[in-house]
Amino acid sequence: MNFHHSLYTLIVVTIGVLAHANTSWAGDWDVAGQASLELRYFPYTAVHANQRNITVSPSGTIEPELVYEWNGGRDRFTLTPFARFDTDDHRRTHADLREVNWLHVGSDWDLLIGIGKVFWGVTESVHLVDIVNQTDAVEDISGEKKLGQPMINFTIEKQWGVFNVIALPGFRTRTFTSDSARLHGPLPVDWSNETYESSRGQRHIDWAVRWSRSFGDIDIAISHFQGTSREALLTLHNRGGVPVIVPHYSQIGQTGFELQWTTENTLWKAEAMSRSGHGKRFYATASGFEHTLYDVGESGVDVGLLMEYLSDNRDVRFAPASGADNDMFAGARFVLNDTQDTSALVGGIYDLQNHAVFVNLEAERRITDHLKVEINARFFVNVPDNDLFALIRSDDYVEMKLNCFF
Amino acid sequence: MKSDDKLLRWLLTGIGMSLSMGLFAVSIAWADESADKGLNIATEADRRDVGFGDFRVSLKMVLRNRYDQESIRLMRNTTREQQGDGDKTLIVFDNPRDVKGTAFLSHTHKLDADDQWLFLPALKRVKRISSSNKSGPFMGSEFAYEDIASQELEKYSYRYIADEQFDGRDHFKVELTPTNAKSGYHHQMVWFDKDEYRVWKIDFYDRKNSLLKTLTYQGYKQYLNRYWRAETMSMVNHQTGKSTVLTFTDYVFAIGTTDSDFTSSRLKRAR
Repeated sequence: MNFHHSLYTLIVVTIGVLAHANTSWAGDWDVAGQASLELRYFPYTAVHANQRNITVSPSGTIEPELVYEWNGGRDRFTLTPFARFDTDDHRRTHADLREVNWLHVGSDWDLLIGIGKVFWGVTESVHLVDIVNQTDAVEDISGEKKLGQPMINFTIEKQWGVFNVIALPGFRTRTFTSDSARLHGPLPVDWSNETYESSRGQRHIDWAVRWSRSFGDIDIAISHFQGTSREALLTLHNRGGVPVIVPHYSQIGQTGFELQWTTENTLWKAEAMSRSGHGKRFYATASGFEHTLYDVGESGVDVGLLMEYLSDNRDVRFAPASGADNDMFAGARFVLNDTQDTSALVGGIYDLQNHAVFVNLEAERRITDHLKVEINARFFVNVPDNDLFALIRSDDYVEMKLNCFF
Repeated sequence: MKSDDKLLRWLLTGIGMSLSMGLFAVSIAWADESADKGLNIATEADRRDVGFGDFRVSLKMVLRNRYDQESIRLMRNTTREQQGDGDKTLIVFDNPRDVKGTAFLSHTHKLDADDQWLFLPALKRVKRISSSNKSGPFMGSEFAYEDIASQELEKYSYRYIADEQFDGRDHFKVELTPTNAKSGYHHQMVWFDKDEYRVWKIDFYDRKNSLLKTLTYQGYKQYLNRYWRAETMSMVNHQTGKSTVLTFTDYVFAIGTTDSDFTSSRLKRAR
């Protein structure tokens, strides 16, 4: 685990902030956060011998956020710890420092030091280019939940665009569900004895740079990452006659490209990436559109239609498997524009080769100023044995969340 | 006599035609005049607000449905004036708590479509969004996006209607017709006071030309000895019975922003 890195960063940043803030101590504190209760329902029987046949699984999270601002808001300290308690999965029960950082905002530049999160990308169904933070995979299979990443992140904005350079000391390993849990394959994962291509292991310093610029309605970005792969190669080992999976983290170079063209009712989007270090250099793309129909039939409801084509030519003998090698994503987003901000997104990723479908449904509605209810469902339909989702195809689930914001 | 009849008819028709032509010409002249006067009033109102530079203000929005159930939105707005272009505006939401930290950046333009971005704090993601949704409700309120966007002269054509007195003030009543086909309104009826060219009331007519909403302004205060800002804006929807009251507090002008504070890249640092 990377707890030592996190703790070290916390101490350094806190001392830095206190030292800096000492001169003008008249800043502002802001405490906020969120807690949630979550119930997952698995309608189908678990198929792997190592899995317990869990049908209903409760868990809860807490994520407070403490912000201190001084120097007229030009300096900011943020602390966001996160914890989940899961009744059935002791690996999903975990804690993380999502953010512990000091941010200084200059005239046309800013500098963030500490643990933070960076998002890159434009598409909706996959996030090919987004590579700075490790995925907190036990949280959600969507890949949108991220672990806090130690970083020194400098951004400068000039006429020629926005340039962002990030030094990433301290690697975060991907999280895995426990061997007996749902959303887990038939083999145990030895997640704590992971191996690295770099002799420096977790201490390897990764780098990321990105340049972005707008040309009227067109936004483009080019990025490059050099360092330890966030995706793990799952290698098969034999521990005293028992087969186990050991995650292996290779050194990679990944170049990314992002494009968005914003027209009246349609957003045209494309992402592409090229990676070396996982066998032969390979390419992946995601491209499509989001077209919005406003106020459909004078009902006040907006309907967004989404479509993205996904391709990936990686060789899975040398690279971590990808769920979208030649797939089509289609979805619809419903925004009711009511006082409760009710919205729903329903979508499916269809594999054009093996006809497997991954169905995703997300809906949310506010109940009070402090409460929101969320319903998410994920279904694996028609998944053949050779698909990435084959190992968890019986772990379809419906999830209900009650989020309390304070 | 038949021929006399004919002659008379010709004569009458001729008189009638020239009369109606004359009337038509008069009405054209009158329309021109009322258009000119309408534009002049709007231009003067606009001119009086030029040069404010920048400001920040806190907003409280109280949404009330026909059963008198309330919900409250809190947000902070920072606006920076642009020379020869629409203003740049940043809105950061504080309440309801689930949208706390969400930020909305808008670069408005006089004629072109506005540029808009949304920052989603949970994902740390900045999304560029389409600005063509003019008639949709802002935050589920009775204010449409086009009601809260910066009011540029070029967005309407104008027609002066009449002088009207109420609440002890003399007003110009001016009809504004949106130039953009995407507007949700057929026209707006706006009352400017004659002393300071402040807006006190707007009637909004929907695309079918029936009265949809009425907005009233209250509690005007003057800042930097020049710029008038209302403390309260109340919008009532006559068709649904819903209403939204928008209250502005803690106006601060001349806060020293730069254009760098209003870029999509800086949006992810907003709070």
